[in-house]
Amino acid sequence: MKTKRAKPTAPAEILPKCPTGIQGLDEITGGGLPRGRPTLVCGGAGCGKTLFAMEFLARGASQFRENGVFMSFEETEAELKANVASLGFDLTRLVQRKKILIDHVHIERSEITETGEYDLEGLFVRLNYAIDSIGAKRVVLDTLEALFAGLPNEAILRAELRRLFRWLKDKGVTAVITAERGRAHLTRHGLEEYVSDCVILLDHRVNDQIATRHLRVVKYRGALHGTNEFPFLIGAEGLSVLPITSLGLNHRVSKGRISTGIPRMDAMLGGKGFFRGSSILLTGTPGTGKTSIASHFAEAAAQRGERVLFFSFEESPNQMIRNMRSIGLRLEPLVSRGLLKFHAARPTLCGLEMHLATMFREIALLKPAVVVVDPITSLLSAGTDAETKGMVTRLVDFLKGTQITSFFTSLTHGGHALQQSEIAMSSLMDSWLLLQDIEGNGERNRVLYVLKARGMAHSNQVREFLISNRGIDLVDAYIGPDGVLTGASRVAQTAREDAEALTGRQEAGRRQRELQRKRTMLEQRIAGLRTDFESEESELQRMDDQAGTRTHVLTSERTALARLRQADVSDVKGANGSDTNGKRR
Amino acid sequence: MIRSKKVKRPAARPSARRAKPWHLRLYVAGHTTKSLEAFANLKQICERNLKGGYKIEVIDLLEQPHLCKGDQILAIPTLVRKLPQPVRKIIGDLSDTERVLIGLDLRPAA
Repeated sequence: MKTKRAKPTAPAEILPKCPTGIQGLDEITGGGLPRGRPTLVCGGAGCGKTLFAMEFLARGASQFRENGVFMSFEETEAELKANVASLGFDLTRLVQRKKILIDHVHIERSEITETGEYDLEGLFVRLNYAIDSIGAKRVVLDTLEALFAGLPNEAILRAELRRLFRWLKDKGVTAVITAERGRAHLTRHGLEEYVSDCVILLDHRVNDQIATRHLRVVKYRGALHGTNEFPFLIGAEGLSVLPITSLGLNHRVSKGRISTGIPRMDAMLGGKGFFRGSSILLTGTPGTGKTSIASHFAEAAAQRGERVLFFSFEESPNQMIRNMRSIGLRLEPLVSRGLLKFHAARPTLCGLEMHLATMFREIALLKPAVVVVDPITSLLSAGTDAETKGMVTRLVDFLKGTQITSFFTSLTHGGHALQQSEIAMSSLMDSWLLLQDIEGNGERNRVLYVLKARGMAHSNQVREFLISNRGIDLVDAYIGPDGVLTGASRVAQTAREDAEALTGRQEAGRRQRELQRKRTMLEQRIAGLRTDFESEESELQRMDDQAGTRTHVLTSERTALARLRQADVSDVKGANGSDTNGKRR
Repeated sequence: MIRSKKVKRPAARPSARRAKPWHLRLYVAGHTTKSLEAFANLKQICERNLKGGYKIEVIDLLEQPHLCKGDQILAIPTLVRKLPQPVRKIIGDLSDTERVLIGLDLRPAA
């Protein structure tokens, strides 16, 4: 046998991956970091390198049964534990159960004098001992560059680092090495030249006074990866990378419908309201009643016994409860029954990422059926356009993915640009309602349209939107030749029309009566005429009869006369007509 | 020289400078040239400067890797002056006698 049978998988041996468990990162990298190889994580101060590394270990230990060694060159074990405790990792327990070993390497340059040749075998021995003592599969070296500050001889150091990375590969551990961002290079001391398999760049950028973190996979040898910059959050659950572009659109969809809490609005939406699990956007200028509609929606859901989470970025919960009582909504009992939960925060309290992280956490905690964000535009102002769009996309996707009906209100500023500002966001939404002010005749009135409602027959009509102390009501706006009329002018117009109709009815009645009178007159006249005619007719009849009688009498008289004259009867007859006379000639 | 403790206590001659005994610890990893050189150099320096008042402890990290942590050893070979305080560390094969003496505080820095 000359050649062995070719292995089917020979050319494309897939690089084994080591899942990080960090939300979103495994999606970007197609499964995680390269297994058994070192990965360089670089970035400036405070961009989350250490956290990244620690989460890699903690999740490895708790989710993937891979123990890890954290060799810290900067922070002590106690400091590290305290730092990550706020992020939901119980490092102390993991250390106690010998899942993670933290080794703090302290180098004090002032204590060290250098004489002659040396190598870093001590570090190797130490690392080796640590790895072997808990059977670690994952190793973190944070921040290796501290060695450059601690050890004077850079030539030796570089040679030893090269050896170290080689050694890590031979050892078969998946390593994360953190490094400070340099000016010209990725790292201050050019570590990227030793780590050639995977380089991840973290970044903490400030745009318009708002800081956002970004993650980018600069290099990933032998694997496809997302090359974009992805915003990421550091939240209570650790890091969360938001790979907007890599998300598929394959949410489960529901045919169930959910009422808006306003019967007329349900009627506008095919009679049943929104789809469950869909996203709804309500835009409007200030004071058009966005919050009121949102509260109605929330109240209706809570009344049905569903949990509702209400994120308020403008009003405090108490203020909201008070204000909604004025339109007949009693939210207090729902809050005390735990069905309605308010989460109020100032948009300026923290950056967008923190807001979103908080929202994610609250949602995960309460597991609501309905989430209301009032208004989402507050968040938009907490970041730059592109970033926030991405973040909101992620939020909407998250909510859709978990079948939570989401209701966003959005504040637009006056003028006719109502539909412009949120075009990008509105395309994410399934339903879009628009509230608008119409000013005229010395008053402002609110109208409501359904701009779009995916997947349901919906009204194309403008409805006037009334807020009274009994709640919200929608009434038909007056649409006539004079345009759309609302408010007092609608009422006036209706009254005017009523009056006109009344006049019309009266006029018609009058005409009817006139006609009736005319008909009666006509009939009377007809009757009169008929009487005349009849009398005349009878007169004529009488005259006819008289004439007939006279003729008869004359004839009989003549016959009698002729008889007396002995005339031939036929002659007599002939004398009566010329024909007879002619015959005789 | 694994875990070999060499203690030299001359009876009579009191050291002019140090009354307290010196405690030196040399960390090595296996029998490498550098380790052997370092030990030889150290011994020579001690004999010359601290005759009678010192103790040298040699630790082979390949044998006792857990001892790495205690003295924060990275480089090999490393000489740690445990006593007298403060702790000082000298890394390298100790071939530069002058620097070793400065490092051990036996001679003021030039």
